[in-house]
Amino acid sequence: MSAENAAPKILVFSTDIISDPGIDQAGLLKLHYSPSVYTISLPCSSGIKPRWIMRAFEKGFDGVFIAADGHECSYSPKCSEYTNKIIEQTQEMMREKNINPKRIRMAALCSVCAESFVSHMGNFSKILAELGSIQSEISVSQ
Amino acid sequence: MKQRIGVYICHCGGNISDYVDVQQLGKLMAKEDGVVISKDVMFACSDSTQKEIEQDIKEKQLDAIVVASCSPKLHTHTFRGVAIRAGLNPYNYTQVNVREQCSWAHSDRPMDATIKAYGLIRAGINRVAHSEALESIEIEAQKAVAVIGAGIAGLRAALDLARMGNQVYLIEKEDKVGGRVLTAGKLFSSGENGKDVIEQLVRQIKQMTNIQLFTNATLGKVSGSVGNYYMDVNVNGELLKLHVGSVLVTTGFDFYSPGEGEYGFNMSDRVMSLQDFNMLVEGSNGQLMHNGQPVKTIAYIYCVGNRQSKGENKYCSRQCCTAAIHSSLNVHEKFKGVKAFHLYRDIRTYGKHELLYEESSRKGDIYIRFDEKEPPVVEIKNGKPFITVKDYLTSKKELTLDADLVVLVTGMVPRSDSTQISELLKIPIGNDKFFNEVHPKLKPVETVIKGIYIGGACQGPKNISESVQSALSGAAKINSISRKGSIKPEPIVARVDADICAWCNKCAEVCEFDAVKPIESSGKMIAEINISTCTGCGICAPVCPVNAIEIAYFTDNEIESMIDGFAEPADIAPREEVKETASTGQSKSLAGYPKIWRTIAGAMDDKTLTIPEIAGLVNISNHEATWNVMTMNRYGFIEAVGLNDDETHYNYKLKR
Repeated sequence: MSAENAAPKILVFSTDIISDPGIDQAGLLKLHYSPSVYTISLPCSSGIKPRWIMRAFEKGFDGVFIAADGHECSYSPKCSEYTNKIIEQTQEMMREKNINPKRIRMAALCSVCAESFVSHMGNFSKILAELGSIQSEISVSQ
Repeated sequence: MKQRIGVYICHCGGNISDYVDVQQLGKLMAKEDGVVISKDVMFACSDSTQKEIEQDIKEKQLDAIVVASCSPKLHTHTFRGVAIRAGLNPYNYTQVNVREQCSWAHSDRPMDATIKAYGLIRAGINRVAHSEALESIEIEAQKAVAVIGAGIAGLRAALDLARMGNQVYLIEKEDKVGGRVLTAGKLFSSGENGKDVIEQLVRQIKQMTNIQLFTNATLGKVSGSVGNYYMDVNVNGELLKLHVGSVLVTTGFDFYSPGEGEYGFNMSDRVMSLQDFNMLVEGSNGQLMHNGQPVKTIAYIYCVGNRQSKGENKYCSRQCCTAAIHSSLNVHEKFKGVKAFHLYRDIRTYGKHELLYEESSRKGDIYIRFDEKEPPVVEIKNGKPFITVKDYLTSKKELTLDADLVVLVTGMVPRSDSTQISELLKIPIGNDKFFNEVHPKLKPVETVIKGIYIGGACQGPKNISESVQSALSGAAKINSISRKGSIKPEPIVARVDADICAWCNKCAEVCEFDAVKPIESSGKMIAEINISTCTGCGICAPVCPVNAIEIAYFTDNEIESMIDGFAEPADIAPREEVKETASTGQSKSLAGYPKIWRTIAGAMDDKTLTIPEIAGLVNISNHEATWNVMTMNRYGFIEAVGLNDDETHYNYKLKR
């Protein structure tokens, strides 16, 4: 593995119709972001289970980013509210395991938000780099 | 768990393989648990590779496949088709995006791109290993459609639906049809009168025996789901029960109504909306008169009630600039010596509407640009409006205009009864309060409610032409369902573990589509999902306190195994450079490229050949020969050397 790959590992939950096309667009435009960013696409950000996020931390992801539909969600006008609740619930679980709640972040991304996505990844990577590896927090909690 | 998985990693020409070492990944994936076959292929979507995958599924009895290539948005249906043709359930296939979200995004770091691709494909294998064979339930679909709203969009859509053989019920709330176009007067660009256009459509509708038009009709209770909606319609106090397969909503819009005193509105009858002004122009002859007084100067104020950064309506209504300029030109055409001032923020006469703007400028109309922060001020003195405005194009010089009439160019707003329609049909409403489509570009007339479509200005500001186009798109979509007589909705829906569920109502509370209801099962109450109304959004799953709900295709096993796959350490060797030697003698090696290329190169040798000649020598179809020769040409293995003698084909030879 290259030394550069030591960059914070981020799991992104995107949405099939709104934010995932925006992430695709970043690639199409050859806008570069960290190769340590992995994406799972779902129908709606309000369908993310906290246990999936916790699983990511257990498996060594340094941060989880939720690329939400926000007001553009075609399923529910309360999508942001529901996703926020999921994050709050997960952050409680994170605190119990001594995982810094800053390791989870949400932003609304649209289907053409390529530059915005790259910018979010850059900023989140910086925050995570300052927090250090997830392994340090998980080992403390154990 | 699937135990006979096939993995296909695409070069996509060089779009992926220029950055990701797909050959190495192909070899590595062959060692993964459950993987029976792993190949790197030049173009996974090509006919020949699709046939190769089909053959592998049959011969090697694969129970799942992973295709690592481009975005799932592009070829999911292609490879689901491959699976179906080979007798495999299409949901036992997983698409892995190693192009848009890997090779292109990390083209600056090929080694890291390969490491990431390894994780992505591992995750895909893990996911497909947990995949389930999902079956769609075939639902009989009524060949009848309800079109709600008989404005121009609804009328045109009803006609098209009827011409395509559907029974159409056209439901109009008002006592007459035609909506806003009926009173729009002269239309751009045809020059026709709106009333004439509507009358012509009504004549055509009356000739159709399969359209039933109901005026003074309001929508009541709606139940059912795609293919079979049951609707109560109140027509002049009489209850009518309709059974339709789909619904097209074309309820249109309202014009923004200025507030009391907004730009002098309701403070003087000389301040009026553009719609009232158009009726004044329509009703005047010889000279433009208002209350017995001649009108010589008109001030149009744009963006009234729209583009309000701090107000309700933040959006641009798109058509009002054109409508105002069109009215101004109508005035010039009908009456002599009328001066017009256009107080605007931005002129948005897009497309051919720009011609109107040009014509208006040529006629001497004066355009004054203001800013939202410093809007014009309208004062009424002795019953006459005076306007003060800062002209942003002349260093904010303050101008005072003395106008006979002030015309407020108002934008579009959602209809006052749109919330009621939304509640009856469960159509989501967007931030702008108009009906929300699934995606403005990818699914512009579909709503998340299967079988409910939206068209025209009920989904956002549109001009007449755009409204009709979107309504016709809706009609075409609906016909694609009704003509088959049955539909097979995607089986990606919620499901409940009856053993765990203890009915707490939380899932039903968050479901926007009434898809969750309590039922009694084995002596206790549990949640039951109505699969025909469930959209598979998954909102119900995280709220379940006992994790009794999962969404098919997005199960805990599938998602968590993907996370595990991403996390697996990758042991990737640095990529070997392709050596520039070749057994065939050409300067560039064909090693690592498709076998058929080496066969073609061997057959061509030193000869100059056309594509049909190559096809004959290699014993492949002309189509396949064209595909491969073109790609070899792009990669610099083959070059075109002019036309053959009878000038029917190009000659090709190997590059040395």
